[in-house]
Amino acid sequence: MTTGNGVAVRAERVSRHYEMGAALIRAVDDVTLEIRAGEFVALLGSSGSGKSTLLNLMAGLDRPTGGAIFANGRNLSDLSSLELARYRSRTVGMVFQSFNLLPRMTLEENVELPLRLAEVDRGERGARVQEALERVRLEKRLSHRPSELSGGEQQRAALARALVNRPTLLFADEPTGNLDSATGESIMLLLKEIQQKLGMTIVMVTHERPLAERFADRIAALADGKLLTDGVKS
Amino acid sequence: MKAGDLGELALRNLREAVLRNSLTTLGVAVGVASLVAMLSLGVGLQELASKRLSNSGLFDTVIVTPRRNMQAMRRPAAATPVKEAPALDDDARQTMERLPNVVEVYPQIRFPTEVRYNGNPYSTIVAGVPDSARGNGAYDGIQGSFFSGPNADEAILQIGFAKDLSEQTAGLIGKDLVVRYAERQALPPQGGTGDGSGNDMSGAGGGFSIVPREKKLRIVGIIETEPAAGFGGFGSGRLLIPLEVASTLRAAQVNDLRDAVRATNGKPAYASLTVRATSPSQVEPIETAIKNMGFGTFSLLDATRNLRLFFTIFDLLLAIFGSLALAVATLGIINTLVMAILERRREIGILKALGAADRDVKQLFFVEAGVMGLFGGILGVGFGWFIGRALTWGTNIYLHRQNLPSAHVFSVPWWLVLSAILFAVIVSLAAGLYPATRAARLNPVEALRYE
Repeated sequence: MTTGNGVAVRAERVSRHYEMGAALIRAVDDVTLEIRAGEFVALLGSSGSGKSTLLNLMAGLDRPTGGAIFANGRNLSDLSSLELARYRSRTVGMVFQSFNLLPRMTLEENVELPLRLAEVDRGERGARVQEALERVRLEKRLSHRPSELSGGEQQRAALARALVNRPTLLFADEPTGNLDSATGESIMLLLKEIQQKLGMTIVMVTHERPLAERFADRIAALADGKLLTDGVKS
Repeated sequence: MKAGDLGELALRNLREAVLRNSLTTLGVAVGVASLVAMLSLGVGLQELASKRLSNSGLFDTVIVTPRRNMQAMRRPAAATPVKEAPALDDDARQTMERLPNVVEVYPQIRFPTEVRYNGNPYSTIVAGVPDSARGNGAYDGIQGSFFSGPNADEAILQIGFAKDLSEQTAGLIGKDLVVRYAERQALPPQGGTGDGSGNDMSGAGGGFSIVPREKKLRIVGIIETEPAAGFGGFGSGRLLIPLEVASTLRAAQVNDLRDAVRATNGKPAYASLTVRATSPSQVEPIETAIKNMGFGTFSLLDATRNLRLFFTIFDLLLAIFGSLALAVATLGIINTLVMAILERRREIGILKALGAADRDVKQLFFVEAGVMGLFGGILGVGFGWFIGRALTWGTNIYLHRQNLPSAHVFSVPWWLVLSAILFAVIVSLAAGLYPATRAARLNPVEALRYE
């Protein structure tokens, strides 16, 4: 689903400022960015550059203090809390650096969780979970708990959980940050495969330029909350 | 989120911190047990008092007298002629029988007699007992049995009178005694009024003669207390016989002389009638209806009102004291859920990132609180029941030592069970309101950062 003209998400002069005592922190400051449907965009920047904050704003986890973010043809700032939750549930899939699987649930239950939240019928859930786990090649680990999986497997499970509701937008926040380089590469290959097979729009936050250059179609570099460069990688 | 999923997730969350949640649930259970024990004690005592009083026949009974009697008592020196009151005759009796919630209407028969047993004379008062009395509980503790039928030539003795007859009261059952009484035989009416039937009627103004008679009766039972069978029954029956039998004896009663000289409309009339209601709560409308018919009435309605008021206040106080423990348990629920929010902060962030609305998070914590309340309530009712049983057991040991009959001082009616569980759930939900709202308001980005 796009906002028109093949644009999946558009940030228009978006700002996210925090007040910390007397100081005003400009985590994201007047950023304009357009992400086309089916594109793999890397938000590149050092720690504190505002890339994760921008990702959270586009994922509907946070609201901007200025500007607007358009997705699904609607300004996310105009959505109610419930509508924003629906946007996160049905349009967005999220992958985190620390996987964020629920430790007491099995892999199957973790992947099923977004389906419960989206009120998908019980009868349909099994097949959807199976399909998502097959896509990340974890279909034989259904009953394992996260603690019984390697880091790479946990991130693949998190990816399956992000995909199970068949979203159009996948936001990945440092998906290889907690993995060794070989495992990180396998996750990146998987993301690329998903983008190509499903035509999914992927926005990935990373501080590793080589990774971004190798896998992303486009790199948007941020520093101190501002967009420095935005363009197709060289 | 669908209700089923919400329930599953809530139960899963509760299982995760099973010790803490069990202790919290136990706290609710103790609170509910305290409440149930207190209230069931109040209810039990109320039922005990009501049953005893109800069995006495005092509270579901209206005594009906001709109004002229009452007026005569109130205004003995009235110079103005009294408006003629309706006669308390068979027509009036039938009208009363047709009133709603009236079980039965019967005349009161009681007369002095001399009893002969083992050749010795004993003076006492005989009272007629309606057959309906067998089911009202007044004779539950009877030694022997109730009358075999409404026309049986049998007698039940009050324990005091039985002791007069024999030290070994149990040996009296099955023995015969002879009742000597004065039969009233109607004289031909002067001027042609009256039916001459005598019976339990007042003589109908025609006058009567007295003939000594004897009646042999078999003792079938002995009772500890003296069932009143209406107000007129106060201190009346030391020797009880079936009302039908008493009626056929045509024994002269204490008010016969007064009624013999009173002018009537020529129809036979009763000195008084006893009207029994289906329950004490029906006494008031029945009494009003009878008053509207032009008769004097008397009941112990005010006494029942006071009794009800007393027990309502008593129950209220017990409930307040019982609720104190539940109030403490409520704090336990709040504490547990607030701790759960701190521990599950990151999980709440994940749920929100995956699409959970504030409402979903709130409902999840609500259901967890409700489940603790439900289980606590069920467990508490069980505990409360055991406490009550123990109280009854202890009370009865004490009563037996005091040579008093055992009593059931404790009652857990179904409405108390349901109310206690419902109350526990409502209180738990109220306790969960603050933590649930706090959890729902968590910022997902901040929650996801929480380690």
